[in-house]
Amino acid sequence: MDERSFDLRALLHGNGQSIGVWLALVGLILFGVLRYENFGGAYNIASFLNYNAMFILIAVGMCLVIITGGIDLSVGSVAAFSSVCAAYLSPYGLQVALPGGVLAGMALGAVNAFIIIVLRVPPFIATLATLLGAKGGSLVLSGAETIAVDWSSNFTRLGMGKAFDLVPWSILIVLVVVVIAWIVLERTSLGRTLLAIGGGEEASRLMGLKVGRAKAFAYLFSGGCAGLAGVFLASGFGAGQPLEGVGWELSAIASVVVGGTLLTGGLGSITVTVAGALLLGLVFNILNFENGRGTISLSAYWQQVIRGAFLFLVILLQMRVARRRMDREAPT
Amino acid sequence: MMQAQSLRAWLVRYGMLIALAALLLVNVLVTPNFLQMQTLFVNISQVATIAIVAIGMTLVIATGGIDLSVGAVMALAGAIAPLVFTSAFGIANPTLGLLAAIVLPLLVAMACGLFNGLMISVLRVQPIIATLILFISGRGIAQVLTNGNLQTFSNPAFSYLGTGRVLGLPFQGWLALALALLAFWLVTRTIHGRHLLALGGNERAAELSGVPVRRVKIGVYMICAFLAGIAGLIVVAINSASDAARNGNLMELDAIAAAVVGGALLQGGRAPVFGALIGAVIIQLVKYTLLANGIEDEVALIAKAAIIVAAVALQQGRRE
Amino acid sequence: MAPLLSMQGIDKAFAGSVALDKAALIVGAGEVHGLIGQNGAGKSTLIKILTGVYERDAGEVTFEEQSLRVASPREAQARGLSTIYQELTLVPLRSVTENVTMGYEPRSRFGLIDWPKAHRRTREILTGFGIDIDVRAPLGEHSTAIQQLVAIARAVSLEARLVIMDEPTSSLDEREVSVLFSVIERLRASGTSVLYVSHFLDEFFRICDRVTVMRDGRDVADHAIVDTRKSALIADMLGRDIDEVESAGMTELGGGTASVGELVFEAKAVATNRRLRHLDIAVRRGEIVGLGGLLGSGRTEAARAVFGADELSSGSLHFMNQAAPPKTPADAIAAGIGFLTEDRKAEGIIPDMSVRENLTLALLPALTRNGRIHRGEERELVDRFIRSLGIKASHRDQPIRELSGGNQQKVLLARWLAIHPKLLILDEPTRGVDVGAKFEIQSIIREHVESGVGVLLISSEFEELVEGADHIVVMQDGVSVSRMSNPGITEERLVSAIAHSAQVSE
Repeated sequence: MDERSFDLRALLHGNGQSIGVWLALVGLILFGVLRYENFGGAYNIASFLNYNAMFILIAVGMCLVIITGGIDLSVGSVAAFSSVCAAYLSPYGLQVALPGGVLAGMALGAVNAFIIIVLRVPPFIATLATLLGAKGGSLVLSGAETIAVDWSSNFTRLGMGKAFDLVPWSILIVLVVVVIAWIVLERTSLGRTLLAIGGGEEASRLMGLKVGRAKAFAYLFSGGCAGLAGVFLASGFGAGQPLEGVGWELSAIASVVVGGTLLTGGLGSITVTVAGALLLGLVFNILNFENGRGTISLSAYWQQVIRGAFLFLVILLQMRVARRRMDREAPT
Repeated sequence: MMQAQSLRAWLVRYGMLIALAALLLVNVLVTPNFLQMQTLFVNISQVATIAIVAIGMTLVIATGGIDLSVGAVMALAGAIAPLVFTSAFGIANPTLGLLAAIVLPLLVAMACGLFNGLMISVLRVQPIIATLILFISGRGIAQVLTNGNLQTFSNPAFSYLGTGRVLGLPFQGWLALALALLAFWLVTRTIHGRHLLALGGNERAAELSGVPVRRVKIGVYMICAFLAGIAGLIVVAINSASDAARNGNLMELDAIAAAVVGGALLQGGRAPVFGALIGAVIIQLVKYTLLANGIEDEVALIAKAAIIVAAVALQQGRRE
Repeated sequence: MAPLLSMQGIDKAFAGSVALDKAALIVGAGEVHGLIGQNGAGKSTLIKILTGVYERDAGEVTFEEQSLRVASPREAQARGLSTIYQELTLVPLRSVTENVTMGYEPRSRFGLIDWPKAHRRTREILTGFGIDIDVRAPLGEHSTAIQQLVAIARAVSLEARLVIMDEPTSSLDEREVSVLFSVIERLRASGTSVLYVSHFLDEFFRICDRVTVMRDGRDVADHAIVDTRKSALIADMLGRDIDEVESAGMTELGGGTASVGELVFEAKAVATNRRLRHLDIAVRRGEIVGLGGLLGSGRTEAARAVFGADELSSGSLHFMNQAAPPKTPADAIAAGIGFLTEDRKAEGIIPDMSVRENLTLALLPALTRNGRIHRGEERELVDRFIRSLGIKASHRDQPIRELSGGNQQKVLLARWLAIHPKLLILDEPTRGVDVGAKFEIQSIIREHVESGVGVLLISSEFEELVEGADHIVVMQDGVSVSRMSNPGITEERLVSAIAHSAQVSE
């Protein structure tokens, strides 16, 4: 038995389904490069990654929550709420607005954690309620208007500027978050506890694991990621937007699930989640290009339909994998 | 510890009625013009749609599931109706057109319910995820059909659904009551109701006792979608206009809140149909109280969220 | 020398039914202490109180001369108590290494988990158990026996003062049991105590120093193993006289005088997608056929296949008077087959429904006309069964979850008797039931067999199979491997047939 300290299989989440994601990703990239002129250009890549940074963040946060067997439907509203907070804090510069937005997200994540762990309300109801509450909060805080950011401060540099004039800040920050999430999941007790909880919460408790604390972390992390995404939103578009974020949770769930993370929890990978988010983003990117070529004309309303269809296909795929796994279970 | 338990049990049992009484009292004292016919009228008008959807939601929750797509189904059904009777066919055959304008949307609604039911019972997808698909794309489909346009029309026969009166009170109120009675009879007196409750109480035990699990689940999601379809038509009838972007917006939350406040258990096994009616009234009164006293919609959202959490948390405590 | 563990006067009740009634247990240091009792006697509850899963209603616990009150399994582990539970309490989706090291993973320089080291350590521990497997693979991909050994390995590796083992050998073969016993010897030699619960009486005489017998929620005897013998323990467990036990038997299932009639069903080479690989079995009217085997041998899968709950992938199932075998439970019920499942909480009772509704659940189609249920007929039927089975409920509309385990089981049995079955499949019919109700249920079963019902009986209480069955089919790994007939079946023969992989001829 070989002793590779770096297990490529684990990195790619040795599971037939995730190979599909990488293949689809490569396939779509090739398709785009061959078919559209500016697809492979620096501008498209940079703006694509910049825009999808938000969705990658939310998907990563959602991944940890789904791994524990839960779900976080509030991420879109939390991002919107935090974008409003960040916009208000923008005059004080990035140093205040960034942590401010993230903390706002984490605070809402804490509310989720409290309702789920202490009040024992099922995650989907709890986060559905937070979705409502955060939406209400955003509207109250913003007076139901978009809040322009302070352009004179350094705030907009996050969403629109580049580090070392090369790589957009957003991409750099997302990379850091992804690496941190990966380390936590793969190399810390906390991460393994998250996976164990999803695989069997009662068994985890009996094994002596700190179930409550781990779950709280997952929801706080998801809230924090959504908060950060909100800061990107405000910084990238120049305004805090209380009504944004609708349907984001669906994109996040689809991204997480496409790579083989089980909806019921217990199995999951950060890298494949990122690949899934990129895949979904690419689908939209390509559709935009097609729209531009005039071969198809999709109104904005089609976006929601496509998101739904994507999730549907992903679920079909996963159910087949899950069915095969069920047949391998031990008898009684 | 015994004290806390019995306080909680007492709250769960009578909380609903206490909340209702409290809300009525507050309104009588504080809200201007509360004790007028007009107010009653407006409230019954609005509560009817919530109540009808809540009945369907209660049945779905009784099987241990949930249906997040009801709002989208409302929008879809509401969008199809005007398309039918403003079409060439509809104008040429007014009576048939009217009939089709009611039947077709309901068929489409049931098709949505069938989709949900199949995903959940055959493909074994969790209900939240399965109904999440239509939750997002259903409204999108409606908007694609209408190209995002508001459809206004004038069809007095159709409008009766939303503006008609029976014995001086809104038609939809009576309809809601009738549907509730039908649902109650179904649940308490028929084999289908017993199967439904057994399924929700313990699915594996029910299946091993001969309950046709797949059929029951598909049926209940179709019924829920059907009722949502009716609600969608009523909303369109009230306004004589179909706005796919707004019809049924956030209705799923209202319906879940009404069902849960009314005593439905999220794990399944109970279908308190009349509780759902009372729950709907409570939700409506909360909305109305805030609105009539000048508080913004947005705060109502937060209040509703808090109510849902409180109702479920109380339930969960009792379950232990 | 003060004992390592002392539990005194422990009370515990669950929603109206008493699980423990002034139970006591004393374990010395470096001692292997056996805990024995029938299903429902309270052993599991006592252990769960000790390890923090449940909270006791009353009583004192002293561990290492200090008062012990733990609120969670984590605390219990921290205090030096390590447990192997009866149900598998590991995570099948996670790798073997993770399951063994969870919470105690070896760290590298930056405080991060060192996986190669973890894999190595796990492999070492398992080699000490005679196991050589792929530790990186998900636990669920290994057999039940391996999974159980991994659970034991984890508990033993936690360096506790007291290791509690609840039915650790239920899926192990003879060789694996020997390995386990040598591990227990090592523990005892190092001063660690072991609390050992098992169904296999012979094991107590091989490995234990002392044994405590429990019955109906309390401890009724505490002997040094050398001071007692098997029949004395059995008599203590059942609350019967030794002589009575030795002459009249330990159950109410024996003494059948029915003439065996025609074939009710026959299964030939039946296999399903659910780990049933090859089943040959037949049941006739008026006879009891027992299914014996270890945990994981496929007995419940066999029952499900016969009932139509699982789809057949090959083989044939032939029922008298039926053209085709049942494809769904509803079909089976219509054909006159009843299935009393093993775990009434998971697959038996509808907890929020009343006694009445639970009792008539399988019979509903017969009580329904045009969709409406005939309440009057239903009431009469339920009252009849409450009387004839001696079900203790305050009213037929009482929620079933308020009844004791024994009465719940009677309601479920009534559910199946109500359909006038030709075949009754019983999976652990007296599990988790107090001794009095146990005898009543056994009598009821015997009555119905006498009147011509065929019974397929799965039971891990060997005396039920030995005394009640006309034939016993032994299963292993999803295959029916051997068959034996009464008269002539003894517990020794049965145990040896189950424990060995070789074919045993009659």
